[in-house]
Amino acid sequence: MKRMLVPIAALLSAALASSAALAQKKYDQGASDKEILVGNINPYSGPASAYGTIGRTIAAYFKKVNEEGGVNGRQINMISYDDGYSPPKTVEMARKLVEQDKVLLIFQSLGTPPNSAIHKYMNAKKVPHLFVATGATKWNDPKTFPWTMGWQPNYQTEAKIYAQHILKEKPNAKIAVLYQNDDYGKDYLQGFKDGLGAKAKTMIVKEASYEVSDPTVDSQMAQLQASGADTFFNITIPKFAAQAIRRAWDSGWKPVHYLNNVSGSIGSTLKPAGLDKSVGLITTLYLKDQNDKAWANDPAVVEWTAFMKKYYPDGSLLATENFYGWNVAQTLVQVLKQSGNDLTRANVMKQAASLKGFVVPGLLPGIKINTSASDFAPIESVQLARFNGTDWVRFGEIMGK
Amino acid sequence: MDALLHQILAGLATGGIYASVALALVMIYQATHLVNFAQGEMAMFSTYIAWTLINAGMPYWGAFFLTVAFSFVFGVVIERVVIRPVENSPVLAVVVVFIALLFILNSIIGWIYTYTIKPFPSPFPEQPFFGNKLMSSHEMGAIGVTLVVLLLLYAFFRFTPLGLAMRAAAQNPESSRLVGIRVGWMLALGWGLAAAIGSVAGMMVAPIVFLDPNMMGGVLLYAFAAALVGGIDSPGGAVFGGFLVGVLENVLGAFVIGNELKLAVALVLIIGVLTVRPSGFFGKVHVTRV
Repeated sequence: MKRMLVPIAALLSAALASSAALAQKKYDQGASDKEILVGNINPYSGPASAYGTIGRTIAAYFKKVNEEGGVNGRQINMISYDDGYSPPKTVEMARKLVEQDKVLLIFQSLGTPPNSAIHKYMNAKKVPHLFVATGATKWNDPKTFPWTMGWQPNYQTEAKIYAQHILKEKPNAKIAVLYQNDDYGKDYLQGFKDGLGAKAKTMIVKEASYEVSDPTVDSQMAQLQASGADTFFNITIPKFAAQAIRRAWDSGWKPVHYLNNVSGSIGSTLKPAGLDKSVGLITTLYLKDQNDKAWANDPAVVEWTAFMKKYYPDGSLLATENFYGWNVAQTLVQVLKQSGNDLTRANVMKQAASLKGFVVPGLLPGIKINTSASDFAPIESVQLARFNGTDWVRFGEIMGK
Repeated sequence: MDALLHQILAGLATGGIYASVALALVMIYQATHLVNFAQGEMAMFSTYIAWTLINAGMPYWGAFFLTVAFSFVFGVVIERVVIRPVENSPVLAVVVVFIALLFILNSIIGWIYTYTIKPFPSPFPEQPFFGNKLMSSHEMGAIGVTLVVLLLLYAFFRFTPLGLAMRAAAQNPESSRLVGIRVGWMLALGWGLAAAIGSVAGMMVAPIVFLDPNMMGGVLLYAFAAALVGGIDSPGGAVFGGFLVGVLENVLGAFVIGNELKLAVALVLIIGVLTVRPSGFFGKVHVTRV
């Protein structure tokens, strides 16, 4: 029936000589001729509050878009709530946004545990749960969860790229893995093993896990070192990454050291560990580093700096979170633009899954955003980089899809 | 063999951390017969004070001793202002106050300094002593500092009149009062000492685990185990317990039960000690006449 309606409506509108777009205006709750209401949940307080600044950057970006006329003539209004990185609170806020504030969609809710808590709810309610700020692989599951989509390269994609690099550069490597004993650590480990394929069993000589409550990973590092490994994949959050880097240096263990992107921040991991002790680390990048002098004159960084000064003057120009927020917000604006006058939840989701070769300015040259009905992983390519004591220096091709 | 030695030494290093926090726990237990759940956060709070002083340009040792002094006063003030009013309340009320202190200190520091990790300087050289690669100089130095603190405490309680008065006040408040000891102040002094020891522990721990508001969370649990194993009223026992827990945890984790169950070692020790020998290895067995 619906299929019939569209051509009929089109015919009618053509007959009436009015614009086709006018006839096709369709809205779900949260959208109207004047505005698009977007919900957001961020940790403005609590242990992950360093990320709260992402929500502020996004709000600032929407303000800029609105001042420039909005999206297809509509203003984007964002309601952003604080969940303190506590999953039960996230559920409360998501329900409030959907049921009371009646938003069209929820955008960029942050963290794997908070998003896991609302994953089923959002899909049961059929509300777009877009570009969540976490790298877990499970957001790319359009069959079971057709209303949820991630944004950044997911952990398994990233881990597979390290595996490819090892297979190519050092096919006889003896690999030691340190990982956090939870979904995040196991997600990476799984991707890494998949990437090594049949050789995983022989190449990985030792795996050691740690708990977030462990005071140190010294014991694990001693086990890994004793295994005789010459290659080390470090799947840890900044605190433990810094400990592991320093421990390896203290004990004179000098493996080829791959560090997950989670802890790739120079300021919050490598500086505490010691920049001299971090030389030679390998990680992956997908965004330009706005602090790297090499990008100082890049149009994206120049534009972002001007944006920050005008719309978010309190925000730190050093925080990569602010650069990230600016880029991810542009992806949502693109989806809303593509949705045109059909601002139904189904169409927004359809448009989010129809990004073809879309480029936000902050992405490394060569990386594009691609999605489809069966591919809910927007960014799937990265570039390897090695730390030279002051900056991450990119090398090799763009890897991934 | 080398692997075992490495695990044992790494265990002694972390054990040193547990030992220093356990020492502070024992101090408060001796003064009030309660286990202070906020001990870890008090130490963390002091360490942030030290960090601020050092970042303001003060030399390390100046900041170190100023922090210890400040922490002593801070401990006394907490006892006077927060603990004293609930002194005669049921144990549960006091425990709730401890837990409240824990969260308040944690949130305040998080709010002021954020939750990102910060490097904390070590007074010891960066290169390992005598070219040994199994333990960093800081870890060896920290163990030394813990032992020195233990020695000072021993000397203080054994050889000074004030130490004697404090011991008396803790063991027999009634009689102490009768001989003219101001028991209330002795308790406050006990808190001050515990906070001061805690601050030393914090400043020794931070270079190893990095400074962040949650740095003491895991440590405190192991320190409880250490204090209980050694005997909650014995400073020497607490230090011994700390090293024992550190080494056991590592050796069992690496060779027997796997890393996943390392934390369980601490918990099993706590339960085991409480059921089999509640006073620990070195604690006094209390007999109450009915």
